[in-house]
Amino acid sequence: MSDIGFVRKDMLPEQAPPASEVGIIGWVRENLFSGIGNSVMTILSLAAIFYTLAALLPWVFSPTWNAGSLNECREILHAQGKEGHFAGACWGVIRERWIQLMFGFYPSDLYWRPIVTFGLMFVAVIPILFNMISRRMNWFLLAVVILLATFAFGGIIAWVLRILSAAGAAYLAYTLFATDKADRAEQIAQGAKRLPNPLIFSALFPFIFPWLLWGGSLWVPIGAILGFVIGYYVYAALAKTVGGLAGLIAGPLAAIIWWLFLVGTFAGVMESIIPLSIEAVESRKFGGFMLSITIGVVAIVGSLPLGIVLALGRQSDLLIVKALCVGFIEFIRGVPLITLLFVASTLLNVFMPPGTNFDIILRVLIMVTLFAAAYMAEVVRGGLAALPTGQYEGADSLGLNYWQAQRLVIMPQALKISIPGIVSTFIGVFKDTTLVSIIGLLDPLGLTNAIRADANWNGVVWELYGFIAVLFFVFCFSMSRYSMYLERKLQTGHK
Amino acid sequence: MKKSVIFGALTVAGLAAGAAAAGTLDDVKARGKLNCGVTTGLVGFAAPDANGNWDGFDVGVCRAVAAAVLGDPAAVEFVPTTGKTRFTALASGEIDMLARNTTWTFSRDVDLKFTFVGVNYYDGQGFMVPSELGVSSAKDLDGATVCIQTGTTTELNLADFFRANGISYEPVPIETNAEAQQQYLAGACDVYTTDASGLAATRATFEDPGAHVLLPEIISKEPLGPLVRHGDNNWGDVVRWTLNALITAEELGVTSANIGELAAGTDNPEVNRLLGTEGNLGEMLGLSADWAKSAIMAGGNYGELFEKNIGENTPIALARGLNAQWTDGGLIYSPPFR
Repeated sequence: MSDIGFVRKDMLPEQAPPASEVGIIGWVRENLFSGIGNSVMTILSLAAIFYTLAALLPWVFSPTWNAGSLNECREILHAQGKEGHFAGACWGVIRERWIQLMFGFYPSDLYWRPIVTFGLMFVAVIPILFNMISRRMNWFLLAVVILLATFAFGGIIAWVLRILSAAGAAYLAYTLFATDKADRAEQIAQGAKRLPNPLIFSALFPFIFPWLLWGGSLWVPIGAILGFVIGYYVYAALAKTVGGLAGLIAGPLAAIIWWLFLVGTFAGVMESIIPLSIEAVESRKFGGFMLSITIGVVAIVGSLPLGIVLALGRQSDLLIVKALCVGFIEFIRGVPLITLLFVASTLLNVFMPPGTNFDIILRVLIMVTLFAAAYMAEVVRGGLAALPTGQYEGADSLGLNYWQAQRLVIMPQALKISIPGIVSTFIGVFKDTTLVSIIGLLDPLGLTNAIRADANWNGVVWELYGFIAVLFFVFCFSMSRYSMYLERKLQTGHK
Repeated sequence: MKKSVIFGALTVAGLAAGAAAAGTLDDVKARGKLNCGVTTGLVGFAAPDANGNWDGFDVGVCRAVAAAVLGDPAAVEFVPTTGKTRFTALASGEIDMLARNTTWTFSRDVDLKFTFVGVNYYDGQGFMVPSELGVSSAKDLDGATVCIQTGTTTELNLADFFRANGISYEPVPIETNAEAQQQYLAGACDVYTTDASGLAATRATFEDPGAHVLLPEIISKEPLGPLVRHGDNNWGDVVRWTLNALITAEELGVTSANIGELAAGTDNPEVNRLLGTEGNLGEMLGLSADWAKSAIMAGGNYGELFEKNIGENTPIALARGLNAQWTDGGLIYSPPFR
């Protein structure tokens, strides 16, 4: 008899896990069939998905792309032996009308203008939205967009632009390939001249944007830019001689007087000396997604700075500023957007003397921007309120003045906190642009009605709405993904 | 002090408004374009095609007026208006005339201060039911569910009709015609009621139009016509007589096909007066002598417009019915050109 049991002296080698615990089977077991309840739910969900797709897919995949009318669609489906109200989608309407859904009634020979505008817009927003591409890359993109744009029109200007942009693009592409990022950083460290900041183009873009879309004289946007220059010089001159406050009042005043009364004359005179104009397109020709995106982009870009100012004003200690901001925010938030749009489309018309040509889209742009700004102000205020008082006090104790403290300490943190709310407001505003169909502007939803009024397509509903929904989803989902990217990028680990 | 300044400014604005509104005809001529309010889309009456060109029965009236005033049927800016924006658009001067299947009613004429210059389509509210229901008269609809557009006169007419006949119904409120089509086809309601022209257009889109019948009862009067603002009678005359010219042309057998021949001069003095080869009717209106000729050539006479856009050979397939010439037993009647 021995009381010595078996003692293993060496470690067992690792064994492969059982097949039921790893790989696809393991994942399925763990995530889908981990218990009776879960198994039942999985089977029910699969059945629901199956039945939905079984009903939807045959409808979606219907060979009606070339049909010229609803009846032709029905004949095609009939020939395939499909009958009934939901036998198959009638995609012919999308083939015939998708350009109209994109551009509305914009003249077809000028489609390049909105396309170029939105191409340039991407170039302009890249340095603002992402800091991952270099200056060279950004200027290269700009040169490429301009180069592509020149193929839309002819004439000597096109050739000059084409050669210039091609040369610029080629040079930038060469430098991009010749030196990589690290080499370039070293060159810059040794004092190599950097390319100008692409934000210059981003700052100019708000003036190029309306000019390309609406057309007219190039001198009008130039005059608008001059307004800022004039305002700045008046401010600078007065701030030196009379005092800061006088400059702060007189500078904007001078700019406003210039914009309201003198830009028209300036543009007219310059136009008669050096004509620089492209064909004007009336607002009424705008429609479809072009209209939605135009309104959405302007409202988004305009509402953020305005909202920040309003949020700061609401927290201000100055009584009048605070009262104005609170009044504005509460009034706009207390009124539905539809009401504001009706005011824009009908009431203003009645108040203004006949013959006043106050562009309907401009009115809508102003109203939607103000509406979005009021919501934005409250979102930003939420961010401000979430900051601990210590941050404000810390900024004060560093000796920063109000604007420095806001710019360097408060706003970067407050805006970071508010990103989900801000983007959610953006998405909401973009979707709200469809409300303009109520006042007779033909946005995508308004156009569906107009398209159905064509005897060929009367009765087509789901295809049009489905197409529009998919496009809206693409835009809104991209915005949502961008906000998540931004949150990750700005994550500084205060968790 | 401040108040008086504001009132002063308002008065000036008001005077300017009056001055500007006094000469719509001159405004249109100076602008070189007619701003014509139309619907945002109604089958047969106004719809843009894939290239953005508007077409339809109401659009034809706009084009005729543009041709009469400016000599060019394409010189029209079509302003899509909704049921809610149409009257302010007209009252504020954004559009010069409204041709948007608008029912001529007392309050719109008197209270809203518009002038209906005539009637280009006599419509009325009707009922559509699936033929398998076996109903042959609206009076048999006791207890039926009815799809009805909310906030329209059709809703009120329906209530009146059922009350007057002592029968009951259950309303299914819907917002747009497209929604109504879907609901009706899905069987959410037994009956769909709206203007008879709209019912015909809707039925034409069905997979099997024969399976649905329009009931014979028409329960309301809906005279649809173009309108202009009060206070500019000269402009009202231009639109009124352009419409009358189209109607008279049909009555006298003047079509876009034979107008060139007839404009050379005929034995019928009324045709000559209409086409400007005799008399000075155009001058009286402040237009050129061949104004009516241009208007008729724009899209044809009344009958041609009707046939092309909503007549029996179109998918909508409306019979002339009340809209036949008075000589054929209809209500379409123009005062004489004299």
